[in-house]
Amino acid sequence: MDLKEWFANRKKPKEDQNLAPKLPMSNEEYCALWKPCFQCRELLYVRDLRTNMSVCPKCKYHFRIGADERIEQLADEGSFHELDAKMTSSDPLGFIDTESYTKKQQDAERKTGLRDAVITGICKINGEEVALGIMDFAYFGGSMGSVVGEKVTRLIEKAIEKRIGVIIISSSGGARMQEGLLSLMQMAKTSSALKSLADEGLLYISLLCEPTFGGVTASFAMLGDIIIAEPGARIGFAGRRVIEETIRQKLPNDFQTAEYLLKHGQVDMVVDRLSLKDTLGKLLNFHKNDGNSALAGAKKKDKVGSRA
Amino acid sequence: MAEREKRPIPLEFEKPLELLRQQIERLKEQLASQPQLEGDVERLEDQYERLQKSLYTNLKPLDHLAIARHPHRPYTRDYFDRWDPQWIELHGDRKGRDDDAMVCGLLQLSDDVKVVAVGTQKGRSLRDKQQCNFGMPQPEGYRKALRLFKHAEKFGLPVVTLIDTPGAYPGLTAEEHNQAEAIAVNLLELAGLKVPVVSVVTGEGGSGGALAIGLANRVLMLEHSVYSVISPEGCASILWKTAEKAMEAAQAMRITAREILELGVIDGVIDEPLRGAHHDADTTAANAKAAILNQLKDLMKMSAEEVRNDRQAKFRAIGAFNE
Repeated sequence: MDLKEWFANRKKPKEDQNLAPKLPMSNEEYCALWKPCFQCRELLYVRDLRTNMSVCPKCKYHFRIGADERIEQLADEGSFHELDAKMTSSDPLGFIDTESYTKKQQDAERKTGLRDAVITGICKINGEEVALGIMDFAYFGGSMGSVVGEKVTRLIEKAIEKRIGVIIISSSGGARMQEGLLSLMQMAKTSSALKSLADEGLLYISLLCEPTFGGVTASFAMLGDIIIAEPGARIGFAGRRVIEETIRQKLPNDFQTAEYLLKHGQVDMVVDRLSLKDTLGKLLNFHKNDGNSALAGAKKKDKVGSRA
Repeated sequence: MAEREKRPIPLEFEKPLELLRQQIERLKEQLASQPQLEGDVERLEDQYERLQKSLYTNLKPLDHLAIARHPHRPYTRDYFDRWDPQWIELHGDRKGRDDDAMVCGLLQLSDDVKVVAVGTQKGRSLRDKQQCNFGMPQPEGYRKALRLFKHAEKFGLPVVTLIDTPGAYPGLTAEEHNQAEAIAVNLLELAGLKVPVVSVVTGEGGSGGALAIGLANRVLMLEHSVYSVISPEGCASILWKTAEKAMEAAQAMRITAREILELGVIDGVIDEPLRGAHHDADTTAANAKAAILNQLKDLMKMSAEEVRNDRQAKFRAIGAFNE
């Protein structure tokens, strides 16, 4: 394919697909070296892009990244220990659309090297121990089925056991249709686990990345004590097209972007990927139970009072 | 004539039955002048009964969906009115809006059971429908429900929720007022509620918009109601790329009450009168009430801690995976 043709094709996938702009390349060798920025269209050398945390150096566009790259960027070197790495979905409904769910899962696993749409584990961020869950959009659009629900729930339970905070990085199209109502119930399961975490007084930071929608937004993603969004990420409950069809009016251009959500009071901050690790480290450190909190102070006073 | 107007609109799969009924009626009109037709009438009536039975024992998922969406199907207010004609309605989320798609109130369910009741409401007339937003709550509706859940907890009253919604409203202001957060917070708070919660899916259980008032100790479904993660039409248009494959999608997703009972997500199915709830709202309401009271009987014996653990354990166990 020559460059001209490539440029002509470049815009198409973005228009077709609301949520997931597909990589507009078919020539794999070429793509392995160069990647165009979706926003400013600058051609970027892949290795440079990766050292810049997959952020376009020119326009600051944040590329969607996989779970492995995210761990590399956030966890202190060698500190990440994965949990439940072998868990896979069992196709409880025997779901078949144009192909069987099992077949689609195998294809997805081959393509992405992932067993499902979330990786969970315990790691350190700037020296602070934390339970970290990272959704990967590449596997089934990051959709939540039984495995995502179970792994996230176990991660939260592990955090309660170890008395550490939780960070979940969301990137998902919503609940996974192929597991029917079982997927919907994962919203209940994860939210219920977060209730227990909250009762224990432990910190939960939710990071919303391009894109976060549907059942994931409407459960654990929106329940963070602190909610951070990545610049330019599209976040919402219903998809843009569904809303446009329902209300039959044009939506603002920046509708459902991280910045729009910040303006409407739905997230605490929009944080650049280059300063994300520092921000998370600071937040973890700030909420560390060092006996300095108002509550601990009050308890101490009680004790003094009872002694007197 | 008046009789005919009252009769519920026949559904697509009921058309053969409707044709047969019309034939029987025409024959009956001729009966006065031609008494020899009596045998034929009896034969046809017999056939009608058999056809009716076979139709309703072999319903497809989309037929259930059609019954669940029937415009004459009893809605939340119809149940509340029948359970307690004196029920007290409460309004508003206290933050700027009263959502008519979510009906909340205080009900005396039986002599010794008082409950806080919450349910989604579809409208009957066109004006009603618009007023209720076709049963699709805004975030304010979910926050109104949450206020009532807290009210129930404060006064130690059980909660009953009725679910009949295509889903949470997908609109501009709904997003700006954070629909996702409203649903998520309801899930979190329901998980921690210290009083019993019983939910009944009475019509359509539409995804997160339904679950937001459905995280209950016991979840029941009416016989012809449906509950799904996405509407069959929505699923078909995403996976099959055409909404016309809704039939296949409905089958694949397993959306009917019996199938969901098999999946282990719900705790029971409530019988409907033959041909569906819209043919006899009184009986349906009575059946539902009996089923709810039956569940509450056990739940109300539990301590606050037990009832909460019971609910959390129920949802903790749902999921299918290999490791």
